[in-house]
Amino acid sequence: MAVIETKNLAYTYPGGTKPSINDVSIKVEKGEFVLITGPSGCGKTTLCRCFNGLIPHFYQGELKGEITVAGKDVTKFQTHEMAKHVGMVFQNPENQLFALSIEKDVAFGLENLGFAREEMRRRVDWALKLAGIYELRERSPHEVSGGQQQRVAIASVLAMQPDIIVLDEPTSFLDPLSAEKIFEVIHDLNKTLGITVVLVEHRLDLTAKYANHIIIMDEGKICSDGETRRILSAEETRLIGVGIPKATLLHQMLVKEGMPLSGMTPLSSDEMAKLILEAFMSR
Amino acid sequence: MIMIEGISFTYPGNVQALRNVSLTVKDGEFVAIMGQNGAGKTTLVKHFNGLLKPSSGSVRIDGVDTTKTTIAGLSRNVGFVFQNPDHQLFSETVKQEIGFALKNFGFDEETIQKQITWALNLLSLTQYRETSPFMLSGGERKRVALASVLAWDPKILILDEPTIGQDHEQKEILHQFIVQLQTQGKTIVIVTHDVEFVAECNPRVVLMKEGRIVADGEGKEILTNLDALARSSIVLPQVAQIFTQLSALGFPKNVIDIYEAKDLLLNAWEKRQT
Repeated sequence: MAVIETKNLAYTYPGGTKPSINDVSIKVEKGEFVLITGPSGCGKTTLCRCFNGLIPHFYQGELKGEITVAGKDVTKFQTHEMAKHVGMVFQNPENQLFALSIEKDVAFGLENLGFAREEMRRRVDWALKLAGIYELRERSPHEVSGGQQQRVAIASVLAMQPDIIVLDEPTSFLDPLSAEKIFEVIHDLNKTLGITVVLVEHRLDLTAKYANHIIIMDEGKICSDGETRRILSAEETRLIGVGIPKATLLHQMLVKEGMPLSGMTPLSSDEMAKLILEAFMSR
Repeated sequence: MIMIEGISFTYPGNVQALRNVSLTVKDGEFVAIMGQNGAGKTTLVKHFNGLLKPSSGSVRIDGVDTTKTTIAGLSRNVGFVFQNPDHQLFSETVKQEIGFALKNFGFDEETIQKQITWALNLLSLTQYRETSPFMLSGGERKRVALASVLAWDPKILILDEPTIGQDHEQKEILHQFIVQLQTQGKTIVIVTHDVEFVAECNPRVVLMKEGRIVADGEGKEILTNLDALARSSIVLPQVAQIFTQLSALGFPKNVIDIYEAKDLLLNAWEKRQT
């Protein structure tokens, strides 16, 4: 069952001369882990803003085509309605934090939905611990580092346990190991709770291994859409200028030179190391 | 030359961010400062242009003690591009943003216009000349912040997390651009988490942890030093991750460059065939 479906979606910001996204038709099935990538300014963030109705309700502008998220026509439901289904983590966490304490920020969404106190307490603690900021819960979100703020934004969304989590470069300020831990948490929730994940990222080295589905955008349009290994091994993908994981790229380079590595495209260093070891150990 | 001798720095509230740090960066060097969140990287580089003054120890930029001069005096020689571009952008148009510092430094109008055009072109921002910086994407705003600093041509350039929000192509441009600045003899210090970017550029790497420098050396050696990296919460670059698993086949562990990796593997494969 598709939880996100768009048909010929096009959107122009108020005062914009050309559409920021154009002719976008995609389908995301329930429980998928989807990676959206593409050059800077290609429309990734704009597309994400459509998923919870920020476009068109908040940003105004002109939206054409169809968009259904969690069975709802986004153009007919306000953002607060969509928020029950779609949790968003934005690129710049400062824009989304406002409460006096981290704990209150994380609890905000639940308060609005009228959760019972105990349930709220349980969920907030759970989310704070998953995001690794339980110890910081009484601090102000504005006095912690950019990376910690990103953790707060992620915890706020996790606490809601929405059907769909949309994350727009959610760990850009975090160091790689912390980023990896966060991605592991999200991947785990995707697997265990079946939460659909839409992740916008440039750094495929870190994230390609989690995604079963990848969508590549360029100049507001979809230029590749499909199974991650298939798309990342395609020559065209490299030519668009997507930062293919080094392991995948090395595999591509070696196969081109005639080295017989198995047909499976590796997405991580572990997979690639295994393929090389197999090739050298075989008789 | 940046010369730091035994500096410590404590933020209000008694948070000690730097503990007895000494570091020398020579003219024309390219250095990447790495380490986990809160390791003190940004605090350290904020001392380079006098934004912060050490609680003890000394910072000298080209022989001048930063406690004896002003940020304005230092900034002509030391350009600083912040992690979050929103902390430094404020003008109504990209053009004004880039022209602001030039005006303050007292350049004549003709030079200002020339430098604006040059910087816009360099960072592929020409089409946004009259646009508000706040209408641009995160990655584009980052480039505006960089352009506004490059425009006044400082000798030392400090870039705090320059690759955040940049796509693959922009990172490659940034890399070429750093190489170009190096050939002009500029000193470049980047603060970054981006191991893949560092592996591609191969600068001198300074690793920090809890306010101290824990490793300092060639990129190829530091980025393949498992112990040092683990202590600083840095992940190995992907090529190095592959090669640490290939020592049974007799490959070296200190490989970070994908082309070197390709040549090593192909040569070994050919040898095995014969």
